[in-house]
Amino acid sequence: MWPIFHKFGSPPWLYSISGAILRWLLPITLIALITGAIWGLLFTPAENVQGNSYRIIYIHVPAAVVALAGYYVMALAGAVSLIWRMKMADVAMKAAAPVGAAFTFIALFTGAVWGKPTWGTWWVWDARITSMLVLLFLYLGVVALYEAFDNKEAAGKACAVLSLVGMVNIPIIYKSVDWWYSLHQGASIKFTGETSIHSSMLYPLLLMIAAFYALFTCCLLLNMRAELLQREQRTQWVRKLIDKEVVN
Amino acid sequence: MHPVRKQRLYLVLFIALFSSIAIGLVVYALRGNINLFYPPADVAAGLAPVGQPIRVGGMVLENSIDRAEDSLAIRFKLTDYEANVEVVYVGILPDLFAEGQGAVASGVLNEDGVLEATEILAKHDENYMPPEVTHALESSGYDEKGNAK
Repeated sequence: MWPIFHKFGSPPWLYSISGAILRWLLPITLIALITGAIWGLLFTPAENVQGNSYRIIYIHVPAAVVALAGYYVMALAGAVSLIWRMKMADVAMKAAAPVGAAFTFIALFTGAVWGKPTWGTWWVWDARITSMLVLLFLYLGVVALYEAFDNKEAAGKACAVLSLVGMVNIPIIYKSVDWWYSLHQGASIKFTGETSIHSSMLYPLLLMIAAFYALFTCCLLLNMRAELLQREQRTQWVRKLIDKEVVN
Repeated sequence: MHPVRKQRLYLVLFIALFSSIAIGLVVYALRGNINLFYPPADVAAGLAPVGQPIRVGGMVLENSIDRAEDSLAIRFKLTDYEANVEVVYVGILPDLFAEGQGAVASGVLNEDGVLEATEILAKHDENYMPPEVTHALESSGYDEKGNAK
């Protein structure tokens, strides 16, 4: 296990392996997103109560699920960089923050658009929505905090601590609809117990969730590669890479 | 593991644990305030303040909607099947507002225990069904979990 762990610490290795992963993951992601979107928007039945407006679930739920999972990715990368002082974990943490913020924003925005026709309001300060807004601020806080330091090592430490402290928000978001009376409905897909979405609507949703996970991974890797090149711009391997690009 | 790294690992676990406890205590202390609305049972028990803006949420009781013929005024009951709260409202209702569906009314509770609402929001549940399936279930007399109604 340790040799792999050490390889992850090597920027050129990470750069080339992420390139190889992206070469097949990007097309798969695109195909899954397009298939899931067409399936969900055109080939699923309308909902009994909500009619067609429920179809925004195919963007809203995947974005929200990945926004929560992405926070764990960021916080774990922060913990690894704190404990083992691994530079690549710091790169991963920094790269995850804006991507997670984007997914959280998509979840909040589509939620507002969905809320207007169903609930009758764009926004309500209930526990689920407010804690999701806190998540957006946590992601943006990590981005801003990183930029606020001149010393990048100190920036990495401060951001790692912030993301670790913010991690407590994730179970709060997840359980908010069970713990408090809220306007937001409970979870339809449950780890235990029966799923309350009809299977004809569930399968495209599961495909979209998988596609959003893949999309998050692609965005994270692309962002990490850009960050790697910027940090290592004076090293031999980046110069070689650029020379090769210029020749081609 | 290297002792310095082990020490940093404990520091990380300490941060995660104590921030969870601190925020857990805050959330526990504010638990009543985080609720978006009062259930009708709490209103009936006198836990909801009178004369102050509050929200009451529950199901719209079947056969309780009484619409005025010449205006947008409406009168209905919200229920949690333990107690009912009467709501009066003048204005436009969300499309999903219907008997047997969830709703959240915000307004002021008057002396008679009637909520004079200024806004009605519809609440929907986590069940998603195509209309044909719902109709088929209704005519068969079973609910979606296969229990006889």
